[in-house]
Amino acid sequence: MKNLRRSKLTVLFTIAVLLAFCAPSADAAGKKPEQKNIILATTTSTQDSGLLDVLIPIFEKKTGYFVKTIAVGSGQAMAMGQKGEADVMLVHSPDAEKKFVEEGYGVNRRLIMHNDFIIIGPADDPAKIKGVKAAAEALKRIAAAEALFVSRGDNSGTHAKEKALWKQAEITPAGQKWYQETGLGMGQTLNVAAEKKGYTLADRGTYLALKKNIPLDILVEGDASLLNIYHVMEINSAKWPKVNAAGAKAFADFFVSNETQKIIETFGVDKFGSPLFFPDAGKKVEDLGK
Amino acid sequence: MELILQGIIKAFHLLVSFDPEVMGITWLSLKISGTATFISLFIGVSVGVAVALNDFFGKRLVISIINTGMGLPPVVVGLFVTMMIWRSGPFGFLEILYTPAAMIIAQSIIATPIVMGISLAAIQNLPPNLRLQILSLGASRLQMVWVLVKESRLPLLAAVMAGFGGVISEIGASIMVGGNIKGYSRVLTTATVMETGKGNFDLAIALGVILLLLAFTINFLLTQIQQRQQSR
Repeated sequence: MKNLRRSKLTVLFTIAVLLAFCAPSADAAGKKPEQKNIILATTTSTQDSGLLDVLIPIFEKKTGYFVKTIAVGSGQAMAMGQKGEADVMLVHSPDAEKKFVEEGYGVNRRLIMHNDFIIIGPADDPAKIKGVKAAAEALKRIAAAEALFVSRGDNSGTHAKEKALWKQAEITPAGQKWYQETGLGMGQTLNVAAEKKGYTLADRGTYLALKKNIPLDILVEGDASLLNIYHVMEINSAKWPKVNAAGAKAFADFFVSNETQKIIETFGVDKFGSPLFFPDAGKKVEDLGK
Repeated sequence: MELILQGIIKAFHLLVSFDPEVMGITWLSLKISGTATFISLFIGVSVGVAVALNDFFGKRLVISIINTGMGLPPVVVGLFVTMMIWRSGPFGFLEILYTPAAMIIAQSIIATPIVMGISLAAIQNLPPNLRLQILSLGASRLQMVWVLVKESRLPLLAAVMAGFGGVISEIGASIMVGGNIKGYSRVLTTATVMETGKGNFDLAIALGVILLLLAFTINFLLTQIQQRQQSR
């Protein structure tokens, strides 16, 4: 009997310990979860560059919201939005975004900022693309030389841009042995390209942030087709009633506000010598890069 | 090689300076995986013992399923839990996706079959006559189970170590259901992947070293308990 009593005590004790363990995490989940939590679906580039680490604490302090940042590719971010699993998104895949809004999933799509894509590759440049002005022409040369090209292959904004460029160059790279898809984020794809001495398309922000470990050079830049444009979109709460519409709007408004745009303008200057993003709130897409 | 050295030095710096962010991440990893191990210990041991001690139709099938579960791929668990608890899922009303609670659930699902499988084997490994002996000494059924569990405490502690080791080093499910949110659901493994993506290899190695140290400390303590019991 003594043993039995002890076993009961052990059970009770363990339940108590479990409760003690669970309690803080339940607390941290927020007191009014319906209003307080905002799920932000965004791209890896905004997180990997460190921009969100600067902006989100300011937003949270100002408004009292708690932002859950889920950094995935633009494709996956929009898939989350499409199911109402996110409240607001910050993405860079303009064609897919337009479709997203037309289909009624996203509302209030607003321009936030841009930077640009670059084609990078090994310094010895086997496909001789250095200095080529048009991105599509550079891709044609890579294909002609059958030089290794490393693709994201993950439906991200960068991957969407890359596919558009291949289309422009009238080449179908999929299945070619010089064309490899990683299915990884930008940072990891850059590492793969560096290890294999391949060409790849990258956003300038991530490239600059990782440059110290990446022995690849910028070979093509400045083409108008290489613009990388970020928009913020709120998820349509008429379609998904569980979406935190007020929080999403507050977040989007914060990103187009003067104060935030000023922070974006100077972000990265101290570390990289040049800004990583150019603020564009209120501008028109057609005027960018001029 | 230089990078690895830098990483180890950085890990040392972060540890001795009690870097608040790293401490927070480490503590959260310990809390989440510890809780998940506790939960899996309860479900795993009780079901494992029950299956081991009872004869019923389909017992071999059940044991095969449990043993298969010991190799459950974490990403599949992550995907499954995500679909259950996202807003449009059957448990969406709980609103726990991207919270530490969701990570505890996913990790418990991963660890439970491991603990269950090992405790099942442990009880089955006891001499079959032991049960009869205990019962013939006048013990009730519950007392008999308690004695058997105590007899197999060595492999049961091994089950705890295997379960804890499985979940603290797990990444697939944690990043899916936790979301790697800074200061909230970021644990050692998800932080390591993120820092690698950012190109902060030294910090990534440092986090990896801390993870190893943590796993070692826990296992060292458990082994101490285990071996002391044995020498008695």
